[in-house]
Amino acid sequence: MTKLMGYKRENGTYGVRNHLLILPTSVCAADTAEKIAAQIPGAISVPNQHGCCQIGSDLSLTQETLVGFGKNPNVGAVVVVGLGCDGVQARSVADEIRETGKPVESVVIQEVGGTLKAIAVGAEFAAKMARDLSLQTRVEFDISKIVLALECGGSDPTSGLASNPTIGYASNKLVGEGGSSILSETTEVIGAEHLLAARFEDAAQREKFLRMVKNVEDRAIMMGEDLRSGQPTPGNKEGGLSTIEEKSLGCMYKAGTRPFVGALNYAEPVSAAKKGLYFMDTPGQDIDSITGMVAGGAQIVVFSTGRGTPTGSPIAPVIKITGNTDTFKKMPDNIDINAGTIISGEAKLNEVGEELFREIVEVCNGRQTKAESLGHREFGIYKLTGTF
Amino acid sequence: MNAVIHINEKDNLVTCLRPIAKGETIEFEGKHYTASADIPKFHKMAVAEIKKGEHCYKYGEVIGAATTDLHPGDYVHVHNLESTRGRGDKHTKE
Repeated sequence: MTKLMGYKRENGTYGVRNHLLILPTSVCAADTAEKIAAQIPGAISVPNQHGCCQIGSDLSLTQETLVGFGKNPNVGAVVVVGLGCDGVQARSVADEIRETGKPVESVVIQEVGGTLKAIAVGAEFAAKMARDLSLQTRVEFDISKIVLALECGGSDPTSGLASNPTIGYASNKLVGEGGSSILSETTEVIGAEHLLAARFEDAAQREKFLRMVKNVEDRAIMMGEDLRSGQPTPGNKEGGLSTIEEKSLGCMYKAGTRPFVGALNYAEPVSAAKKGLYFMDTPGQDIDSITGMVAGGAQIVVFSTGRGTPTGSPIAPVIKITGNTDTFKKMPDNIDINAGTIISGEAKLNEVGEELFREIVEVCNGRQTKAESLGHREFGIYKLTGTF
Repeated sequence: MNAVIHINEKDNLVTCLRPIAKGETIEFEGKHYTASADIPKFHKMAVAEIKKGEHCYKYGEVIGAATTDLHPGDYVHVHNLESTRGRGDKHTKE
């Protein structure tokens, strides 16, 4: 069993990073949160664009995503920042995150008396948290505590031939060692759902998964639109992918060959009691998709890209892998691993799969990914409907 | 390295692993195919007769339907292969 070194949290989870998160509950608090984070070296904020004038399940989704970010084991302490009159309330978010046992404080801009006072109050909380976090050291833990997010974006035909099967290899190995993986991007299941559905052990979860896929396709049909206007993307097509079915059939290789143990809603936490391969209902848009999986508890992300993309995450390391050697050479700042050697015949799938698995282990132990070294922190919350 | 990859025996399309020029003949699995158009790297070529409306296969699965009759050696992409899924445009017309 592979052992890793990480930060033990109060609730028994382990982080592979030790972030101090300044979390705005709404778009109205986002700039102030950023200003607080700017006072404290190492503190990070997220550019929340939502959290007010949303209704029903759309509003809940924003709150669940923010709470999930706060609860993620990669976060050691949180300052929640709200405006006061916003739809997602700071104290409510703080209370939910506090269930993990980690230090959480909240600042409400209207209550403390404006931007400058909110910065002062928030920075004082954050400075103390930063000092406390600096005392924490990495301890050994079992790889079975890891939740791995599987993502692909800027796909081309090499993704389905090389990089996604490589991710599938690494995912199989992690699940074999007792860990969990999440396949996502419901749009990019259209055309491959029959193959994935057959791998669900539980009939109710299988039905839930198929309903998720049908809902996405029905949304395009209800709008009277051709899904092709957005999927595949212009870059996918230029790369050689012709249809959503072709894209989906390549995407699904990320999930390897293990059975699915469950279908999660966007940002729904992965169960610590039931480990294995999961599906999460996220859009094909990479940033929203990764944000949902990290909110669900993923500590690390592997991201396959044929065209090349800079995407990172504010609180989780993102390992980039391409099946396109031309892209690997063209975007050396962004891509960590080249699986194009599988297509050229220079390497075998299991060799690159082992390389990726070793990379996952090293990154969990603290090694920076290229996205981290460049400070990439893309963040986006999925929306179910328009803002009111 | 082979010029093309035929992922599944059921597939009537192959993926080109390098650019194939119009008129170039490639051989694989004991047969010869002459490209009827320039085909970019990682794009697809037909390796069977596919009638208009018939399914195109890659990974052994349906990836869409031909919008015109396709012949072995044809470049197959968005100009002659269309998705059969998420077609709200077709629903409103029906």
